[in-house]
Amino acid sequence: MANAPVTTKKDWATDQEVRWCPGCGDYSILTAVQLMMPELDVRREDTVFISGIGCAARFPYYMNTFGMHSIHGRSPAFSTGLAMARPDLDVWVIGGDGDMLSIGGNHLIHALRRNVNINILLFNNMIYGLTKGQYSPTSEVGKVTKSSPYGSIDQPFNAVSLALGAEASFVARTHDMDRQHMQETFKRAHAHNGASLVEVYQNCNVFNDGQFDTITKRANRPANLIDLVHGEPIRFGVDNERGVVMDDSGNVVIAEVADVGEDALLVHDEHRPDPGVAFALSRLAAGPHSPTPMGVFRSVDRIEYAAGATSQLAAAQEAKGPGDLHTLLRSNPTWEVG
Amino acid sequence: MTDVADSPAVPEVDRVVIRFAGDSGDGMQLTGDRFTSASALFGNDLATLPEFPAEIRAPQGTLAGVSAFQVQISSERVSTPGDEPTVLVAMNPAALKADLNRLAGGGTVIVNEDAFEERNLDKAGYVDNPLEDGSLDGYTVIKIPMTKLTKEVCADLDVKPRDAERSKNFFALGLVSWMYTRPTEPTLDWIQQKFKGRDKVIAANTAAFKAGHAYGETAELGSHVVAIAPADLDPGTYTNINGNTALSWGLVAASQQSGLPMFLGSYPITPASDILHELAKHKNFGVRTFQAEDEIAAVCSAIGASYGGNLAVTTTSGPGVALKGEAIGLACILELPLVIVDIQRGGPSTGLPTKTEASDLLMAMYGRHGESPMPVIAAYSPSQCFDAALEAARIALTYMTPVMLLSDGYLANGSEPWKLPDVESLPTIDVTFATEPNATDDDGEPIFLPFLRDENLVRPWAVPGADGLMHRVGGLEKADKTGNVSYDPENHALMTELRQKRIEKIADDIPLTSVTGDADASTVVVGWGSTWGAISGAVRRLGAADTKVAHVHLTHLNPFPSDLGEVLARYDNVLVPELNMGQLVKLLRAEFLVDAKPINKVMGQPFTAAELEREILARMGEV
Repeated sequence: MANAPVTTKKDWATDQEVRWCPGCGDYSILTAVQLMMPELDVRREDTVFISGIGCAARFPYYMNTFGMHSIHGRSPAFSTGLAMARPDLDVWVIGGDGDMLSIGGNHLIHALRRNVNINILLFNNMIYGLTKGQYSPTSEVGKVTKSSPYGSIDQPFNAVSLALGAEASFVARTHDMDRQHMQETFKRAHAHNGASLVEVYQNCNVFNDGQFDTITKRANRPANLIDLVHGEPIRFGVDNERGVVMDDSGNVVIAEVADVGEDALLVHDEHRPDPGVAFALSRLAAGPHSPTPMGVFRSVDRIEYAAGATSQLAAAQEAKGPGDLHTLLRSNPTWEVG
Repeated sequence: MTDVADSPAVPEVDRVVIRFAGDSGDGMQLTGDRFTSASALFGNDLATLPEFPAEIRAPQGTLAGVSAFQVQISSERVSTPGDEPTVLVAMNPAALKADLNRLAGGGTVIVNEDAFEERNLDKAGYVDNPLEDGSLDGYTVIKIPMTKLTKEVCADLDVKPRDAERSKNFFALGLVSWMYTRPTEPTLDWIQQKFKGRDKVIAANTAAFKAGHAYGETAELGSHVVAIAPADLDPGTYTNINGNTALSWGLVAASQQSGLPMFLGSYPITPASDILHELAKHKNFGVRTFQAEDEIAAVCSAIGASYGGNLAVTTTSGPGVALKGEAIGLACILELPLVIVDIQRGGPSTGLPTKTEASDLLMAMYGRHGESPMPVIAAYSPSQCFDAALEAARIALTYMTPVMLLSDGYLANGSEPWKLPDVESLPTIDVTFATEPNATDDDGEPIFLPFLRDENLVRPWAVPGADGLMHRVGGLEKADKTGNVSYDPENHALMTELRQKRIEKIADDIPLTSVTGDADASTVVVGWGSTWGAISGAVRRLGAADTKVAHVHLTHLNPFPSDLGEVLARYDNVLVPELNMGQLVKLLRAEFLVDAKPINKVMGQPFTAAELEREILARMGEV
């Protein structure tokens, strides 16, 4: 798909009025994507955005590409069929935490384990927006909402942990307050041959405003965002004074560099075949209110699903020749009458 | 071994109905299938009814574990597996107990005597041995120690006794093959092919088959031998085929005839799984099969593939259709081609998963949210599943719509000889993808309107990759022509009407009502689906007895043939036999204000021709 025509953000935007609430984090994600697309060297015609239902799911209507606003929770399944039928396409999947982790949780985990070549952007605002403010599968225990007036008693999902447990070959996290970080992360997801899951912390300023402020407000980032950089020791802090170490029990914990020494810091390796350390990193913060890793947790090479299917077709054609209907109809015993 | 098929000394009969019954592990399906195959190759017409329990291995020796295979073979045309068997092969007491009541009075019972020992009799609920207590008096009983004889012939083959015992179904097959003068070569060849590389299994099965055959010759069973001459079928090349295979091949044909790669999204479910199995074999035809994580993902993946320009199919049974309902509604509003195959079974819920029923018609018609009309096609015989699949795909691709294709467990597993069509004569399915803008905007600039319709109200199919044709489709109501999201009340009314009219217009492109039987009669029997065989048989018999009855069999259930109302109005008496509580009858009454009367059966079994003959006569008497 190289040598795509030169485009600008305008070329990737439709003429449709964007209908998210003013101040919604989805706007910044949309802008980040529309600004990034011209840099990917892909044609709009070869790009498809597929979504389910929810606020985030309106996304395809605003992208001047091919697109499908499908049904609740099923976007990974639609995308799997399209990516298998048309491996030549760039397929992006957009959904929120309700769409992807509640009603669509099953499709998400199976798309990830199969490693079909789709880029999944999971907008996690930890609340139901379009149905007006019920708790979601990522809402914290105790969350008071219209449907949980006495506080939610549901243990939430950690999207990154879930994806790693589902055999995902590419898992990352970014947030709606940092366009550059989003774009870098989305580009990595796009470049990955297989299923990529990017969790995007996204503010819902109507039903869950400020949920991520502790970690994503500019002033709070140095102390509470942990940048994962492949091959580098994991360190953060206002003065870069803290880091991540693996303790004697194999737990990943935060430590003062002054106490443990620089050499003790865990060096981030996206390509570890075993997802164990990535999983441990995903458990570092219990929620978006203490130091939280951002960036690519895991990126490993594994056979891409549609390629696997295509190679079976090619092998069958090689072995048997192209299908011939006349021969097929006579593949069981036949007899002649008169 | 001599092939006695052509022996002039043997009396001829024009038909026989044999039922092989035994424990699930006794290989009765295979026995029936091999007998059928040999009969088909010999040139008989035939129809089969395999019946097996839902459990893979129900408790051995129990009634619940009985697996049976019924076949009618004839020198004349037949359309059903027969009213009642004239021969019952019972491999154990449970099989005898379960199926004896089906046997025609004075029929022949062939039993494996060895299995009639205390434990098995107990399990089957017999207090006394029916072979000794006189309860089989009225039948011709042939008692043979099949287990013992099979073990004996395998004794020198270095086969373990337990393995040898497993070959006893081939003993039964050999015996019945001799009794009905079947050629032996097809079965012997098949054993060689099927068990290639397992020499001991080949040796044991071959020995058992030959022993059974020889037993007939030497054990004074000569009076039981009959021949059934080949049927007078139309000239051509034939193969024996079941409904699921024919349906799979019909889909492959649709892919070839449309030039579109096929994508099947499916989740295993009885009795539809064999279509997934069959299509998974044909990757050299460019067929992509995807075993999804659930029924919903199966249909959604197919819709995704359809959006990408494939011939998209999802196969399932009733419970699966229920799960797919929301996504089918999406396909209706997206106006994308999709074939949904429902191999119906007894319901609701898990119901009778291995038994037949045709109770999903109203779900196919109306089982969705919102106004979501969709064409419905029903196959009527095992081999006709091929044509039905091709037709369902033709309508889906031509009219950009999901289409429901109904078959059922009886058609799926039942088989019959099929005169193979000439591939050259199959209809081509013209598919044209949009390649350029189809309108201009206010400034005269070319634009693409994804919901601009042609004279048949069909929208263009623009697949990703097409230059400049980027557009979005979705579940939200769309504005006429542009496809942009619209909540305008007038627009929703217009789009709802357009979607309805588009489906109704398909009536112009399907055959008019065909009336068989006696078209001038005052009674017409209207059927759909697998009841075709039994209705045809009943109407034929009534006609032979000078009772005039017409028969209309619908393959297109939505839309109906455009002249159907007019045709039905010609009759005083409209009878509608269905394997449900009355579904088509409701549609006919609602659509045509005709006083149609139902004839219903919901026993997990097809109608027999005799049953329908009786019911039709009774209803005619009521008029």
